[in-house]
Amino acid sequence: MPTDTPTGPVIEVAGVTKTFAGVRALGDVDFTLARGEIHALVGENGAGKSTLIKVLTGIHTPDAGRVTRNGRISTIYQEVNLVPLMSVSANLFLGREPRSRFGLIDRARRDADAAELLRGYGITADVRSPLGTLAVGEQQMVALARAVEADADVVIMDEPTSSLEPREVETLLGVVRTLHEAGIAIIYVSHRMDELYRICDTVTVLRDGRNVHSGPLRDLPRIELVSLMLGRSVKEIESHGTTAFGESHHADAQPVLEARNLSSKPRINGVSVSIRPGEVVGLAGLLGSGRTETAKAIIGALPIDGGTVVVAGAPVARGVKAATRAGISMLAEDRKTEGIIPNLSVRENIVLAALPRLSRFGVVSRAKQDRIVGTFVKRLRIKVSSPEQKVSELSGGNQQKVLLARWLCTEPKILLLDEPTRGIDVGAKAEVQALIDELAREGLAVLLISSELDELLDGADRLVVLRDGTVAGELEGDRLTREHVLEAIAAEVTDDAESH
Amino acid sequence: MTTTATPANTAAVPAGASRTKVLQRQGAAVALALVVAVSWLVFPRFGSLDNLRDLALQGAFLAVIALGMTFVIITGGIDLSVGSVYALGGVLAAWGSQHGFLVALLLPLVVCGLIGLVNGLLIARTNMAPFIVTLASLLFARGLLLVITDEGATTYQIPPDSAFVELGRGTVFGFGYPIFVAAVLCLLGGVVLNRTSFGQNVFATGGAEQSAVLMGVPIARTKVLVYTTSGTLAGLAGALTAAYLQSGVTVIGVGLELDAIAVVVIGGTLLTGGMGTVLGTVIGVGLIKVIQNVINQIGTLDSNYQSVVSGVFLLIVVVLQRILRR
Amino acid sequence: MTLKATRTAARTRWLQDNGVYVAVGVLLLFNALFTANFLTLGNVTTQLVQAAPVLIVALGMALVIGTEGVDLSVGAVMALAAAIIPLYLGAGPLVAITMALVAGVLAGVFNGFLVARVGIQPIVATLALLVGGRGLALVIADGQLVQLHDPAFLALGTGDVLGVPISVLVAGVLAVAVAALTNRTTFGRQLVAIGGNRKAATLAGLPVTRVLIGVYAICGVLAAVAGVLATSRLSASDPADMGLLMELSAITAVVVGGTPLTGGRVRVLGTVFGVVLMQLVRATLIKHDLPDSIAQMIQAAIIIAAVYVARERR
Repeated sequence: MPTDTPTGPVIEVAGVTKTFAGVRALGDVDFTLARGEIHALVGENGAGKSTLIKVLTGIHTPDAGRVTRNGRISTIYQEVNLVPLMSVSANLFLGREPRSRFGLIDRARRDADAAELLRGYGITADVRSPLGTLAVGEQQMVALARAVEADADVVIMDEPTSSLEPREVETLLGVVRTLHEAGIAIIYVSHRMDELYRICDTVTVLRDGRNVHSGPLRDLPRIELVSLMLGRSVKEIESHGTTAFGESHHADAQPVLEARNLSSKPRINGVSVSIRPGEVVGLAGLLGSGRTETAKAIIGALPIDGGTVVVAGAPVARGVKAATRAGISMLAEDRKTEGIIPNLSVRENIVLAALPRLSRFGVVSRAKQDRIVGTFVKRLRIKVSSPEQKVSELSGGNQQKVLLARWLCTEPKILLLDEPTRGIDVGAKAEVQALIDELAREGLAVLLISSELDELLDGADRLVVLRDGTVAGELEGDRLTREHVLEAIAAEVTDDAESH
Repeated sequence: MTTTATPANTAAVPAGASRTKVLQRQGAAVALALVVAVSWLVFPRFGSLDNLRDLALQGAFLAVIALGMTFVIITGGIDLSVGSVYALGGVLAAWGSQHGFLVALLLPLVVCGLIGLVNGLLIARTNMAPFIVTLASLLFARGLLLVITDEGATTYQIPPDSAFVELGRGTVFGFGYPIFVAAVLCLLGGVVLNRTSFGQNVFATGGAEQSAVLMGVPIARTKVLVYTTSGTLAGLAGALTAAYLQSGVTVIGVGLELDAIAVVVIGGTLLTGGMGTVLGTVIGVGLIKVIQNVINQIGTLDSNYQSVVSGVFLLIVVVLQRILRR
Repeated sequence: MTLKATRTAARTRWLQDNGVYVAVGVLLLFNALFTANFLTLGNVTTQLVQAAPVLIVALGMALVIGTEGVDLSVGAVMALAAAIIPLYLGAGPLVAITMALVAGVLAGVFNGFLVARVGIQPIVATLALLVGGRGLALVIADGQLVQLHDPAFLALGTGDVLGVPISVLVAGVLAVAVAALTNRTTFGRQLVAIGGNRKAATLAGLPVTRVLIGVYAICGVLAAVAGVLATSRLSASDPADMGLLMELSAITAVVVGGTPLTGGRVRVLGTVFGVVLMQLVRATLIKHDLPDSIAQMIQAAIIIAAVYVARERR
């Protein structure tokens, strides 16, 4: 298939380190992109993929190391970065429009060229209509066409298929092959194993900001790839210790939460999860498998097109407020945008969701607040100079504890934790894990989402494994092992069309 | 204003007409057609040539200001300073007219353009909200006007024999020069908006700024240019008004920025940016001016109904825009 | 972050938090030293009476800005209140005032509904009422200035309690009330949280729509209060001029007082001082025979400086 004539790498990265506000995003990373190859770049959230891409494209300057580029780079992002209100053809040619006499934009030619060009990408929509009226997949294709038409030698695709329908994925993969045949090198970021193995020549796995593996993809068994992405090596476990989770919990027989057949296409499709009081259920799966979406569907923050949520036998109305009242709380994955209120104090962030319970006739009792905040600061060992300190000044781990406290003081029955230990230091991580354990022992039903397999295996009593928005398996007891999880995640999907 | 709508027509029709766009544009156009038709039938004086000339002239000054505002709003910004800048432009022109035609015309354009430039630089370079920056320059321009006019005590007169007066009062077939100035500028504005890179950058800046940055659009330069344009056009409108009135009236232009914003929005330009047309703005001007004209003709009806009608139109348009975008 | 950057950040923050107090202090000191008859009881009272309506409107504006919104219609609502007063004054001042305040609430609920339910940007939603509201007031009043003669109503503008003019007293009480509302009530804390991070507030199960509508309603009723007091002081209902450009004065005072336009913070004391500062600037310039023109340009400079300083907070 490769028809190119290699003349040295088109991108070469050596020993690149990049740190943000004291947190290392990339550490001593080497990366080589050969001319004309399709290179898979994989890793879990926070592994450093986005940072590496931004270093490659020059948006970030590395703190140390060397980046050599021998060609033009174009990037298409997971979110379509075009202008939805402008026409398809205007988007495609923005900045290099065909001109008529007098130097004016020749719109007739622009539209004709655009229509002609996009036909090659399987798009037959009217190029004069606003881009936003196209399906997301088609928009993604326009972005791709724009990137390629810029005479790029390298095209970086960041999760290009994450919001595409199966049919659209096929078209996109077809385009990728065409580009490949034209000698363009591609960096392909995706979590979909099937896609990676179908089109990619080589793979680089990032974990915790380091390159843990680079090599030909075909020689690497799927299970090994998944293990590289998720797992921690034996050495690391020895140096950091394992997780702080204790023994399994004794759960009651009746589930307190039952989510039945939740669907929000195309992200999740018929997911069912039930949790008993005192039980920790883990949601496993790769990034983009529908973990966060499942939790959001349960709390009512994601519109669903099917399914019900039942708490203690009673169906819950849609919407966050109803779910909160029914006793469901969710610790969101993205602390910054969905969690903390940055300019408020630690105290105010903690009591936020419980305000109505702490007030009489709408007046908040300061004494009650201080009491409850004091309790949680002590119990969760939140390190603050005073509860009046601004929450944005805290470390990630302490911010996470503040958010946990916010939910605990609403006295929930069910706690949904989306990546509770992401991006916090090792000490705080162990504390949060021990706390989850303790809460379950006190009878709380916990849904734990994590990209770290060890955390799930140690922390959860039962695992629900998701793949491409559907439940790929449930593991319990003896079957709760690393091998079984990896098998469920990495299982080759033969009947591709049906699974979607 | 109906007369100037025709030439602007050809240039301002964009190729990509979405359902929303068509509905919005045609909504204003249909409303205008209806109001004109009814007025023609009900008020015999409405259709008279004199009245139409008067209408077009009234609309011309507002259209020039609204043209600049259209560009600003499409970039997702707002320019609250145009009312003050318009008054300042008139005073500068009247003051300058004693030094000849060129000074009278260029002085307001340069000074008002500079105010726009400062607006643009502050907005683009320091990331301050357009609304607050232009609010400050609203005060500044009004203050500058008062400085020039001894706290509003002096009203500069333009010598009646000056060539500058001709610019405001001269006519072709009875239609005043300002009408043609406005028509040419709107035509030009339509071409610039739809057929030049700058125009495309204006749309991209307002449509999705982050994406536009990634697509290589010079955001800062585009913003500086639109505010400079808006200031210059407001100054020009002021100069034309001064020429027409033969003096630099100090008290005009208060609240004019709201009229300008209203006609732009009624014409279907999204206040959130990214979409809009010059033709729509011209139609918006026409609609507001015709309604004003009719209310004046009814005589018994309070002229204050005009702003109530503007407010209601504005409300209908923004609610419709919001619903259609869902 | 380097040491120098840290120090600059700390200095910026200090300036953001305390700039307005320092400015008021400096101006007071300047006037005490160089302006004849400035710190006399008579002059201070005059200045406060002039500032009272602006303060009342600015308090509501501060709440709206705290939710990352803005209310452009306050001046028009003042005009509406002024237009309504003479219609009902025959039935007694209490009825007239109540009707004016009800109009203010309705205007606010209307704005809040457009913002919170329909989802229109605040600046656009309130623009409609700014454009149409004054016209409506003029239509109600038939475009006329109406002299008012009801002694009980006029007492609002001329009367005093222990030497403190009623309007100043009302403004003071309202400032304390708004401060308490902001800092001590569920509503106030929810308001600030919504302005600070609306997504997080929604996920935390906060009643976002209800709070937003409430905030705009409060802003509307406060504007109506200011309209009633100003009308009483004028002893005439003048919808044509009542509250003209008030939205700009109020926003200026709030911003100068250190409440960020990006929401998530309401500084009531800062707003009070913002109003006082703008009033002091104007009074100082007038006392020193500097013309109105210079005063306006200095105001413009203060606005830009205040926003420029506040902009660093991100």
